[in-house]
Amino acid sequence: MAMLDEAKKLGLNQKEYEEIVKTLKREPNFIELGMYSVMWSEHCSYKNSKTYLKKFPTKGERVLVGPGENAGIVDIGDGLAVVLKIESHNHPSAIEPYQGAATGVGGIIRDIVAMGARPVALLDSLRFGELKNPRVKYLFNNVVAGIGDYGNSVGIPTVGGETYFSDEYEENPLVNAMCVGIIKIDEIKKGTAKGVGNSVMLVGALTGRDGIHGASFASEELSEDSKEKRPSVQVGDPFMEKLLIEACLEVLKYDFVVGIQDLGAAGLTSACSETASRAGTGIEIDVDLVPKREEGMTPYEVMLSESQERMLLIVKEGYEERVIDAFKKWDLNAVKIGRVTDDGMLRVLENGKKVAEVPAKSLAEGAPVVIHEIIEPEVKRELNNDDIKIPGDLNEVFKKLLSLPNIADKSYIFSQYDYMVRTDTVVPPGSDAAVLRIKGTKKGIALTCDCNAFYCYLDPYEGGKQAVAEAARNIVVSGAKPLAITDCLNFGNPEKNEVIYQFVKSIEGMAEAAEYLKIPVVSGNVSFYNESKNKAVLPTPVVGMVGLIEDISKHTNMAFKKRGDLVILIGENTDELGGSEYIKNIHNIRYGRPPKVDLKKEKMVQEFCLKAIELGLINSAHDVSEGGLAVALAECAILGGLGFKGEIFTDLREDAVLFGEAQSRIIISIDEAEFPTLKRLADEEGIILKVIGFVDKDDFEIVIRNNNRVSKIALSLKEITNIWRNSLKWSLEK
Amino acid sequence: MRCAVIVFPGSNCDVDCFYVLRDVLGQNTDYVFHKEKFSPNDFDLIVLPGGFSYGDYLRAGAIARFSNAMESVIRASEKGKLVLGICNGFQILLEAGLLEGAMMKNKDLKFHCHDVYLKVENNSTPFTKLYRENEIIRMPIAHGYGNYYASPETIEKLVTRKQIVFTYCDEEGNLTEKANPNGSVRNIAGICNENRNVLGLMPHPERCAEEILKNTDGKKLFESILEYTKGGLFGGNA
Repeated sequence: MAMLDEAKKLGLNQKEYEEIVKTLKREPNFIELGMYSVMWSEHCSYKNSKTYLKKFPTKGERVLVGPGENAGIVDIGDGLAVVLKIESHNHPSAIEPYQGAATGVGGIIRDIVAMGARPVALLDSLRFGELKNPRVKYLFNNVVAGIGDYGNSVGIPTVGGETYFSDEYEENPLVNAMCVGIIKIDEIKKGTAKGVGNSVMLVGALTGRDGIHGASFASEELSEDSKEKRPSVQVGDPFMEKLLIEACLEVLKYDFVVGIQDLGAAGLTSACSETASRAGTGIEIDVDLVPKREEGMTPYEVMLSESQERMLLIVKEGYEERVIDAFKKWDLNAVKIGRVTDDGMLRVLENGKKVAEVPAKSLAEGAPVVIHEIIEPEVKRELNNDDIKIPGDLNEVFKKLLSLPNIADKSYIFSQYDYMVRTDTVVPPGSDAAVLRIKGTKKGIALTCDCNAFYCYLDPYEGGKQAVAEAARNIVVSGAKPLAITDCLNFGNPEKNEVIYQFVKSIEGMAEAAEYLKIPVVSGNVSFYNESKNKAVLPTPVVGMVGLIEDISKHTNMAFKKRGDLVILIGENTDELGGSEYIKNIHNIRYGRPPKVDLKKEKMVQEFCLKAIELGLINSAHDVSEGGLAVALAECAILGGLGFKGEIFTDLREDAVLFGEAQSRIIISIDEAEFPTLKRLADEEGIILKVIGFVDKDDFEIVIRNNNRVSKIALSLKEITNIWRNSLKWSLEK
Repeated sequence: MRCAVIVFPGSNCDVDCFYVLRDVLGQNTDYVFHKEKFSPNDFDLIVLPGGFSYGDYLRAGAIARFSNAMESVIRASEKGKLVLGICNGFQILLEAGLLEGAMMKNKDLKFHCHDVYLKVENNSTPFTKLYRENEIIRMPIAHGYGNYYASPETIEKLVTRKQIVFTYCDEEGNLTEKANPNGSVRNIAGICNENRNVLGLMPHPERCAEEILKNTDGKKLFESILEYTKGGLFGGNA
């Protein structure tokens, strides 16, 4: 039973160990055990999550490749397709933020290249603790620098993302990187080891001792000892990645490359077993042939190394020289390390002698699924609006909200990223979604990622629904039709009932919205064990979304365009206060219900807005989200360099109208002459819209009239601009 | 006009420069891989694009200058052919000694990607003829090593010989410290050689040469080159 103890040390449990013995019909040796331990870690096997992920709608007429491959692919017409994937790199970033974030970016890029696509854009969804903590500042600065240095160097623009701050992430920040690529449909590649006798080639960087057991490390909670796992964090080389991308895309044009897989978590073990498993074949490799960074590496180390910037190619027998030559052009290694077999085994040789032999399918897909008992936790405290006093000075409240790091301008972050390289960025970061043109066509794509984790904490089902609805709204206000979702589900320890409950309910909410809005989920990633000091992070199911613009000249952004334009609210205000930044920061209340999404209304509002944009009626459009109507209007004004003057007649309390975060609302500005057409269209579609003011020069003023009560925000554009633009920088410099 | 865009390992604005020259301006354009050599008569314009040649691991541009292609670039420049170095290309020109001075890390040690205002200090170069003198234009920057430095004597020489072509300024054209994104001495954003046929600049004109990108201030730089090579501006090819 010595091996069982070893297995437990590597993170496998008794049941899993017994399953391995049953499959092999013998005890595994140490190398085999190591391979199983990484492949059956949560990070690689999805053993805690795959049952629930089936709830997502994954089909649609445009879906070419759904979940299960390196990335999802959707058809955008003209023989082209968009490739998308998001992935977490949370644990590495918690202990080595610069390299953790950098290699997160590197890994997600290779997932896109592995489909044969040219990566064209990066996005990042980040979560940190509050910036008053010096270690959080350190994590923040280094994560941003790591993302920037890697993305900037490989020449893929970082065009968008989101960043939120909340105490729960203090020791366990979330770093989710999303990459989007464009591909000709007839050049799509798969991660399969097809064709018995074909060569297995390893290309790119040398294999070193870095990152061994990274996948297992990502499958446990962070603790005091986590710092000792720093060697589990890989080191990135964006220059090598850039060369690897170019060389791979050159050879992937040819049919003699039959399969490709990137080496990420669990390195060679994962790449070999997954490609063989997908094809129903086996692979035999000799670790002696693997080009190594240092001498004396054991087969165990070679098989588990997570050295970055490597790819596995499956090449038709006889064409190896062609691949070697193509890589030589870029001064890169390309070495045949083995061949595809017909016996379904992943066989590892060392200098011709067998050192490990396990069924590829068992490694890649055989981890026993964990069954959870899911019990609804105690209902949280309800919020009663009557207990909340309406503040007297709305200007002060408004200024406070604009200064919150969750709301203030994020250009401090994205100006450290090259968001323009490749010259496709038509709408840069800072608007609801980034918009990219596709050269050689009239088309464009809109990209965003979204999640309000506090909503999910208050109600994971509604929060999940809202994340999808808001991402879609961000895509729509940019003039695009939502196409597909890639999701990154960041949660705590799934063995805890409260966490698995949040996980399952979030998925249900997301799935319902995705189904209703007809936006399939085509790829994704799960990250559990985001805990420290026994406390889970907020449930954070990040929704990455891509939309299609048929005619790029019809795109929009949120900035007001011209003085005198009418400002119109599509959708309805409500008295919902729960979950808002206002109630959290002004009243210090962290309970209640998040705003509800009525999917029917949501869909109508989105379809109406998109139609109006396509008809060319609208000059700007912006989704109302954190901070409510007042903040949304301020963002339109500040980005346009123009003021706003408005008056809202209502029966609702003024704080709810101004700062409540009721869903399915969009602010647009239009030329007055277009109003009759817009109104007619709205009436036909049964859409409620209200003129709430007009674009002004230097003032920012919102008057709320509730019968005889009059309250208002009145500030100069200059003042709100200064607060919103600089607050994040000020918090960092404090 | 026959144009070359040099591709170093790690170049990443090569495709952008190529696109502007071939697709926006409609010129005959080739990529030249760093391992290749060419003759001075092969091209009228040679562009050294932005990016991170050789990862910039030693010093930005320090290794690229030893490549085969750079030997040919130097020879072509000696024959009076036009050489344009953008961002990393500017750094390579400095390392290769085609332009004077050196580049340091940005003053705040951060990468900067945003629009800046530039003042056209010299409009009598083949690259700037279509701009007005002292015209204020807007161009994006994207660099971590753009802090230009040269000795006071060199700067003095650059000033007297009118080799300073672009400077960072505010919207009104004042060369303020605030308008200087990287700490460059005298707010220098771009310089040329004495013969006016080699220009290096940190901002990216190829990123603002189309309506769809909402800024065309960079297009005039390429159009100036085109006019010049056609002989329209100086009455003949150099």
